[in-house]
Amino acid sequence: MNAIEAEKLTKEFQIYQSRKGLTGAFRDLFNRNYRSIRAVNEVNISIPKGEMVGYIGENGAGKSTTIKMLTGILQPSSGELKVNGFDPHNQREEFVKTIGVVFGQRSQLWWDIAVQESFTLLQKVYRVDNKKLLDRMIDVLNIGELLDQPVRKLSLGQRMRCELVASLIHQPSLLFLDEPTIGLDVLVKENIRQFLREMNQEFGTTILLTTHDLTDIEALCSRVIMLDKGNIIYDGGLTQLKQEWGEGKKIHLELDQEVSLEHLGKVTETLPVSWTKNEANAKLFTAQLQGNSITASEVLSLLVTSGVPIHEMQIQEVSTEEIVRKIYQEG
Amino acid sequence: MLAMYREVIRIRFLMMLAYRVNYYSGIIIYSINIGAYVFLWQAVYSGKPSLEGFSVIQMSTYIAISWMARAFYYNNLDREIAEEIRDGSVAIQIIRPYNYLMVKVFQGFGEGLFRLLLFSIPGMVIVSFIYPIQLTTDPSVWIQFFISLLFGFIVNVEVNLIVGLFAFFLLNNQGILWAKRFLVDLLSGLIIPISFFPEVFQKIFAFLPFQAISYIPSVTLVKGLDISKWLPAMGIQFAWSIILALLCWGIWVKARKTLIVQGG
Repeated sequence: MNAIEAEKLTKEFQIYQSRKGLTGAFRDLFNRNYRSIRAVNEVNISIPKGEMVGYIGENGAGKSTTIKMLTGILQPSSGELKVNGFDPHNQREEFVKTIGVVFGQRSQLWWDIAVQESFTLLQKVYRVDNKKLLDRMIDVLNIGELLDQPVRKLSLGQRMRCELVASLIHQPSLLFLDEPTIGLDVLVKENIRQFLREMNQEFGTTILLTTHDLTDIEALCSRVIMLDKGNIIYDGGLTQLKQEWGEGKKIHLELDQEVSLEHLGKVTETLPVSWTKNEANAKLFTAQLQGNSITASEVLSLLVTSGVPIHEMQIQEVSTEEIVRKIYQEG
Repeated sequence: MLAMYREVIRIRFLMMLAYRVNYYSGIIIYSINIGAYVFLWQAVYSGKPSLEGFSVIQMSTYIAISWMARAFYYNNLDREIAEEIRDGSVAIQIIRPYNYLMVKVFQGFGEGLFRLLLFSIPGMVIVSFIYPIQLTTDPSVWIQFFISLLFGFIVNVEVNLIVGLFAFFLLNNQGILWAKRFLVDLLSGLIIPISFFPEVFQKIFAFLPFQAISYIPSVTLVKGLDISKWLPAMGIQFAWSIILALLCWGIWVKARKTLIVQGG
């Protein structure tokens, strides 16, 4: 059984449009214009147990709406949905015992009281009493000293670590993370990622991660689902994504003396390489390798054998960030 | 299940304690209110021994009791719910394996219990020294009063839940919240006992749930209703708690379907 199984999942919203100006506002009082918007359009998602999947897309692509349907907060307009074997919206109370959710921008801890009081209440809510797991999570995330402080006094990074513990207190088999590392510093991010990897390996927790920070995805997920305007535009491995969309590597060279662009072009004319010259420094050049058919060493050996005086060089891989930017731009 | 609700009540206690200033200022505000109304009514009586079946002493007692009872049944659940819907944090509530409305009820109960124990009872002792009031020593009347007070709490909570849930449909119901608060204070007999209203209004009020909140419990204690009068009064309170509970449930089910989580 898959952790998440969605077929033709769709969510439509009715939005009302306000008319322009004062007369428009008066007319709106009596008669409103409604327009229906498809936030999520016949999306198919299937995630097996134990997988860590990154769910990305531009702002307003429909990510949050999907998460809200998967967690039972919103009722889908149409389509089939089974999460952990439940219908999230209609079997809500039983279903939510099997999932954990972290909303990066929303706290699930009680704002005015000490963190540990929140934990105690959550243990009662989920009817669990697993001191060992709780202690371990507190230890790994290093929040032991924060337990007796009210949540409102915690920093963002401290709070987020507490949120993670709160969402995993009942050891759910499926964890939804909606931008969990937003606004956090590098060390906290690393700490959280390490913790998530541990939970995944040890308990087989399935994790669906929404984020704008692609380093999160690179660090955690082997699979990526990309959403654009309510449609899935990519669903597959991270490495394939790079191969399919990656422009190929770049080689930055610093030469000992000035060479003309034509000369470099001539030397490598047998290979699909295009050269650009740095405007500010005439000794700096960049070679853009087209596609994935050639390697950097082929280019370099040609350069060396034809006597181009290389002083310093650097090979640049395409970052996921760049790939995603490109996909967003091209739609 | 019970352990959870007990914990909810405990957390509410902690939260009330976290805001001590609110607690202290509450005592002062309530004492001022009681004082103001006691003196106002003394002026209205201006020497007359009784009005509409209330003697001066009974009137003062009625005022003190209804304000202290208000400390127990009053809560801001409507505002809290509206707020949670407005800022979208209701989403967090929905991903928890409990009934949102029941948890709210118990939060309100925790708040009420806190105020009853740490506010109303000590407050009542102080007030009884300052103002001319007379409290019965008959334990059976006190038992009747507390049962009636509990129903008053239930009816008021249900009214609050319904008003709060309107936010699901309106998304901003600040105006309704204000109107409701004033209506409840007026029509529940807190400011003026129901029997002082013109006949026509009394007949209309009989069809509204508000007198079940404050008037019935307060009169029960002040006048010491005997069983034959008390039971029908209980019947009214009980009927309203059931009717409003069903209404709450219906609205909640409908609201969950139309839920739009605002922001994020």
